[in-house]
Amino acid sequence: MNDVLDVALRLVAVLVVFLTFPLVVGQTEHKVMAHMQGRLGPMYAGGFHGWAQLVADGVKFAQKEDVVPANADRRIFQLAPAVALLPYLLVLIAIPVGPHGFVGQAIDAGLFFVLAVMGVGVLGSLMAGWASANKFSLLGGLRTAAQLMAYELPMLLAAASVAMAAGTLSLPGIVEAYHWWWTPWQIIGAVVFFTAGLAELQRPPFDMPVADSEIIFGAYTEYTGLRFALFLLAEYAGIVVLCALTTVLFLGGWHGPWSDSVGWLWTLIKTFVLAFIVIWLRVTYPRMREDQLQKLAWTGLIPLALAQIALTGVVKVVIS
Amino acid sequence: MSLAAAPSGFLSPTGVEIAFVLVGIATVGAALVTVSTKQLVHAALWLVVTLGGLAVEYLLLTAEFIAWVQVLIYVGSVVVLLLFGLMLTKAPIGRSPDADSGNRWAALVVAVASATTLVWVVVDAFRATWINLDGAVQGSTKVTGQILFQHWVLPFEALSVLLLAALVGAIVLSRRTDRKNGAR
Repeated sequence: MNDVLDVALRLVAVLVVFLTFPLVVGQTEHKVMAHMQGRLGPMYAGGFHGWAQLVADGVKFAQKEDVVPANADRRIFQLAPAVALLPYLLVLIAIPVGPHGFVGQAIDAGLFFVLAVMGVGVLGSLMAGWASANKFSLLGGLRTAAQLMAYELPMLLAAASVAMAAGTLSLPGIVEAYHWWWTPWQIIGAVVFFTAGLAELQRPPFDMPVADSEIIFGAYTEYTGLRFALFLLAEYAGIVVLCALTTVLFLGGWHGPWSDSVGWLWTLIKTFVLAFIVIWLRVTYPRMREDQLQKLAWTGLIPLALAQIALTGVVKVVIS
Repeated sequence: MSLAAAPSGFLSPTGVEIAFVLVGIATVGAALVTVSTKQLVHAALWLVVTLGGLAVEYLLLTAEFIAWVQVLIYVGSVVVLLLFGLMLTKAPIGRSPDADSGNRWAALVVAVASATTLVWVVVDAFRATWINLDGAVQGSTKVTGQILFQHWVLPFEALSVLLLAALVGAIVLSRRTDRKNGAR
């Protein structure tokens, strides 16, 4: 009975994180972007610096009519947002926050679980792009697929390098094995992983598939109301997951001063610093062209990731 | 193939075995829909269900590593590649008029024959083998890695050479047409 309660509590905690953290990141994005561009951002909703803006947005989305285009493939069109969103919920279960089992569920092959399930989320965008019966949506879907295929490989290779260094695929195990000199040792892998992750989330500057000013939000063109909100939520949940993963794999997760008592705080701080960088990149860089995107992945990131793996192997053999 | 292990259960099946058979039935059903549906993209999406069902079967047999690799490679990459190809060429919404093949009876015969062969081989090979699901995990990453790189390292290397050859071949093929176009 106690076990059941324990599992239920952990799952509820993961669900709460899943429902609140993306909103926090979203609100931070509103404010940070605004200040970087010399504006104030939302100021009215909720009174204090517009803290309730996203709640208001949510209410607005919920009130809108849920439109399905006449020629669309109804069932797939309606299913797509769930396929895009749910994988991130599953991934959050496996991410360790603090030492001594502070994790939703420790999984033996956690690293593979996380990467595999994250890859499924992109199917949601593809389904949406195809089922909308809209040329722009189809273009967006095509670009999403091309981008995914290009960036999945460097991401996997960079993650494999960490797994080699730690000698385990379990995420708590990887953090357990971390030493401070891992970060300089794995820094190339970290950059590759983070960049490829950004591309997989279709965040600027890798937002060619959604390019709102060219193909009008790509796969999501035809979506309205709650379903559109679910896609947006998936993007922000993706940011949380990517930043948490980068923290766990490359930045040592809960390691830091007094990590025994406040380890979870370190994970959160590192995650949010990375989330800030994600927002910062969005404001800083212009959108990359499709050919630049592909070129960066195939001729830039993959060789770098392979070099990192070679380096990891050499160092591993030397120190063992 | 997934159903082949079911008959080895005793008269009082455990919960895992029941789940295994149910998921197996769902997987086979999804596979049948995959090949019989008239809508191309739906076929690709049903393939996702089939491959996902297989991954669940691996999980139930405690082969966690294989299960996640299955999801990663097949659902995450192969199906995405399929969908990409479909979107690039022709993926109408609704029925595809040319999704019916005249060869379907021949295909059925081949499919049944190969399925029979596979099921027979698996049943014959593992007739008396019994995986103890409650004991030490036999499909963990560590065990899989040790078996792969100690006992089966030669087939593993042979496979990697084969894949490398295929990769090089694909590059050569795609570059040759490229040069021809450039010459014109």
